[in-house]
Amino acid sequence: MPITRRTKDNIIHGSFFAIAASSILVLFLIMLFLFIEGLPIFKVVSVPDFVFGNAWYPTDDPADFGILPMIAASFSVTFLSSLLAIPLGIMTAIYLAEIASPRMRSIVKPFVEMLQALPSVVIGFFGMVVVAPLLQHWFDIPTGLNMFNASIMLAFMAVPTITSISEDAIFSVPNELREASLALGANKWQTIANVVLPASLTGISTAVILGMARSIGETMVVLMVAGGAAMIPTSIFNPVRPMPASIAAEMAEAPFQSDHYYALFATGMVLFLFTLMFNILAAYFAEKKKQVGVATL
Amino acid sequence: MRFKSLALVAALVLGLATSAFAGEKITIKGSTTVLPIMQKAVEAYMQKHPDVTIEVSGGGSSNGIKALLDGSTDIAMASRKMKDKEIKLAAEKGIKANEIVVAFDAVVPIVNPANPVTNLTADQLKGIYEGKITNWKEVGGNDAPIVVISRDTSSGTYETWEGKIMHKARVFPGALLQASSGAVLQAVAKNPKAIAYDGLGYVNDSVHAVSVDGIAGSAESAKNNTYKVARSLQIYTNGAPSGAAKGLVDFILSSEGQKIVEETGFIKM
Repeated sequence: MPITRRTKDNIIHGSFFAIAASSILVLFLIMLFLFIEGLPIFKVVSVPDFVFGNAWYPTDDPADFGILPMIAASFSVTFLSSLLAIPLGIMTAIYLAEIASPRMRSIVKPFVEMLQALPSVVIGFFGMVVVAPLLQHWFDIPTGLNMFNASIMLAFMAVPTITSISEDAIFSVPNELREASLALGANKWQTIANVVLPASLTGISTAVILGMARSIGETMVVLMVAGGAAMIPTSIFNPVRPMPASIAAEMAEAPFQSDHYYALFATGMVLFLFTLMFNILAAYFAEKKKQVGVATL
Repeated sequence: MRFKSLALVAALVLGLATSAFAGEKITIKGSTTVLPIMQKAVEAYMQKHPDVTIEVSGGGSSNGIKALLDGSTDIAMASRKMKDKEIKLAAEKGIKANEIVVAFDAVVPIVNPANPVTNLTADQLKGIYEGKITNWKEVGGNDAPIVVISRDTSSGTYETWEGKIMHKARVFPGALLQASSGAVLQAVAKNPKAIAYDGLGYVNDSVHAVSVDGIAGSAESAKNNTYKVARSLQIYTNGAPSGAAKGLVDFILSSEGQKIVEETGFIKM
């Protein structure tokens, strides 16, 4: 029986849909698993006690499961690394898209992207062996394995993400806008600051949020250089234990389906909710970006 | 109550793969501290005796001993001696618990080579880890804050430290956490103000071992029970082991088996 064009079309349509759906299915199954393994902890400890509890002693008897120090650590590390990574990333992007000659751009851009290819364990090792002793020496602090060190390392990792997405956004600002600005007598700097940047702001916001999402979910670096003290930081030189580090350090040997095991999965749930929030925000800004164009401005 | 789920899966797969040979079958259960030794030993033993099927799983010392008493395991691994209550229970059930020490475990406090402190009492160590002693000068060192480094709570090293030094007291939350013996060494080697503890087998020249109550941790002092932060690692069988179980026990006690003990960071017999 000959296959009509319509059937063929339907088959192709169907198989592509199935492939697309499978990744959604996998995501859904992972989520389901995360919740099945995480929710039982709330039979032992209430949600507010878990999220706002100050003490984390999962193997004591009776055990304490409070992850507030870990949540605080995750946020403070992400915030501090953003303070370092956002200006660096955006300024690099402006340089690459607006100022650098095409030749210079073709040299610098691959290097920035190479930074992204560095395995996180290498960055972590660098932070532990090189940066930590330097910090101890320079600032005369008890330990170089702290929030500040982790933030610098995370900034290294977020800069390429922020740069490459921001650069795309800046690059895609229509040339008519630049020409109009220059024609009105604005110089290059005024054009960048007042025309190009506002026009690409939504794209840059997406870049920043994706960069932050990468920082909050990053595990290896914070496990190696953040210090790992389960207390709420009072200084940027305090050792901290962000959520991913807590999970990675303890999961390997937590008794299968014990309260400790459930508590670690529940920590994963909380982390997942935060990264989901970041991604939804990024998607929201990316959607808004579609409005930017010659016609709408 | 600890359990390496991955280890179990690996052991099960290994068990399933060899069950086709349908020879003798042994189950081993218990302490996760002994588990790495047992896994390597079993792997090596099964290579020589493909007809024997051995299932190894963790679960903790108490669970291992419980399983031995209710007959659901042939060999129990334990990082502590059997309690009187357990021995009595065994006698009631007609089980003759036979103890075989397979290795020793000693955990030593370590500091940076630049630190002049060479000895600490058990009480001082407890105070440091509770966060009550915060400056090295309080224990005879330089005027510098103490950076306390601890292991993740589910490691066997932490368990030994907690049992022999902390005695139910909690390690204060400001203690830094390192997730492996190697990371602990690295952190202490790079920080003159740090103190940590590590398995004797891991300690090298990059750090200084500190003696406890005047006694240095060593294979000798761990074996003759003078060193405080040490314990024996043992297995229990019901009566003297026989058949394949005897073969395995003999293998672990042989020089080849004891080499595995050393490789996993413990002290050989």
